[in-house]
Amino acid sequence: MAEPVGVSAPVGAPLVLGIETSCDETGVGIVRGDRLLANVIASSMDEHARYGGVVPEVAARAHLEALTPALDAALARAGIALPEVDAIAVTSGPGLAGALMVGVGAAKALAVALGKPLYAVNHLVGHVGADLLTSSDGDDGETGETGGPLELPAIALLVSGGHTSLLLVRSLTDDVELLGETVDDAAGEAFDKVARLLGLPYPGGPEIDRAAAGGDPAAIAFPRGLTAAKDQERHRYDFSFSGLKTAVARYVEAERDAGRPVPVADVAASFREAVVDVLTAKAIRACADHGIPRLLLGGGVVANARLRELATARATDAGVLLRIPPLALCTDNGAMIAAVAARLIAAGHAPSSLGVGADSTLPVTVVQA
Amino acid sequence: MLLAIDTSAGTSVAMVDGDRTLAEAASADPRGHAEAIGVLIERVLRESGAVPDAVVAGMGPGPFTGLRVGIAAARAFAYARGIPVHGVCSHDGIAEGRTAPTLVVTDARRREVAWSVYRDGERVDGPHLASPEELPSVVEGYTALDRVDAVEVSAASLALVAARLLAAGRPTGPDQPLYLRAPDVTVPAGPKRVTG
Repeated sequence: MAEPVGVSAPVGAPLVLGIETSCDETGVGIVRGDRLLANVIASSMDEHARYGGVVPEVAARAHLEALTPALDAALARAGIALPEVDAIAVTSGPGLAGALMVGVGAAKALAVALGKPLYAVNHLVGHVGADLLTSSDGDDGETGETGGPLELPAIALLVSGGHTSLLLVRSLTDDVELLGETVDDAAGEAFDKVARLLGLPYPGGPEIDRAAAGGDPAAIAFPRGLTAAKDQERHRYDFSFSGLKTAVARYVEAERDAGRPVPVADVAASFREAVVDVLTAKAIRACADHGIPRLLLGGGVVANARLRELATARATDAGVLLRIPPLALCTDNGAMIAAVAARLIAAGHAPSSLGVGADSTLPVTVVQA
Repeated sequence: MLLAIDTSAGTSVAMVDGDRTLAEAASADPRGHAEAIGVLIERVLRESGAVPDAVVAGMGPGPFTGLRVGIAAARAFAYARGIPVHGVCSHDGIAEGRTAPTLVVTDARRREVAWSVYRDGERVDGPHLASPEELPSVVEGYTALDRVDAVEVSAASLALVAARLLAAGRPTGPDQPLYLRAPDVTVPAGPKRVTG
């Protein structure tokens, strides 16, 4: 297969297989250094749909069944044999404990069976690592502006169903600082809950997006959590979406109580605008406050078109370089975990202990557990 | 040569050759499976110096979170080595070597126990769930059974069960975890009102 100029990894770049099972996606990825060789994702999302959110036990059961087939598919895609890998990487946290443990158990057994080192990697740092990856097989959607060296320091905004975090990344392997995070619901969770209020199915993100088409984002003035002046000291970079969700519920109930049809498009558009407004405003402010004109987006909510659109507009206005990995690398995946491990190896970090556990609340400052 | 792994109670790993246990390592910690699993497999491989040609996995019943760690490890190890994995009901390991009619009882959390009945070394009923109080009435011939309340499962015993079945050309199994209980979740009703 012909390789585009400039994406070949240097000889000796570590070949790493990464496993990710922190939520409802079973991810197995293979990288050589910063080069993506395979990114296989099996999702149990459909099994959670009827419950309106991820059910931890359902997710964990699905991981156990999906793991070996995902390994098989990833190795086939990468065109390598398992014994060729230099190291096994695994998400050890943060995430759902029971789900994480499936990946940790499998990764340790792989490492021991192959006699290869194990690297336990922080899930959130993995989302930042996703931006490192370059692909040559073009199966990951938009590859245009992604990959290549990620210039640091950078601000990273990670938004998913489980996380809403703003990070200051000075070094991917040694220095990641948590600037702020949600104090209640994750942004993706807010989308799911508001979708339910509007009678829309799970997952809520794409449903709200669809419903918002043609709606007026300024029709209803929903609150922007933790943006008041009084919050700027303690919660400058924190997020809150619980109040927003309640405000939407109050509005919808008032309309129904008054016997009026709920203007679903306007509610969806106004709600979505409130979420992406706060996300992008705080991210851009973090860039300005720290004098760092680089912003990286990650997490499944990046699939939201309006988030990407507003982030792009505001980054351009602020003179901030915006990086958005391809969607298949924004959602949870094993390749991003392998990418961080490859960097850890290149930086001379020793493997993780074989006794490392899953840590559902692993702080983002711990890049490698 | 069998590498056996069971995490239905604590974490137990063994290397067994025929009916000889070459190495065995265990942790009784009922919550430390993810931490223990790699260390114990590595120790058993090192101490036995053996190369397994199949993996035996204890499929439960047992608390789900821990149980999955061992099954995931067994499947991954077998995958990496290109060798088969044979599932065995973990209760079978507890009953191994007992010829008298036996009732095996293990904790199933949520104020329930898992139970199986063995006659002539064969599981003839179970595993099933029951409340501890109703056990005497739901288990047929309860009073005539030797009751074994087990808090640990030996991977070596599990390997012996598998070895005997394989030698006799009989199927092992199950291949899937013996959860015995659907995930604890209810389909939500409509959203709750936030205004009075």
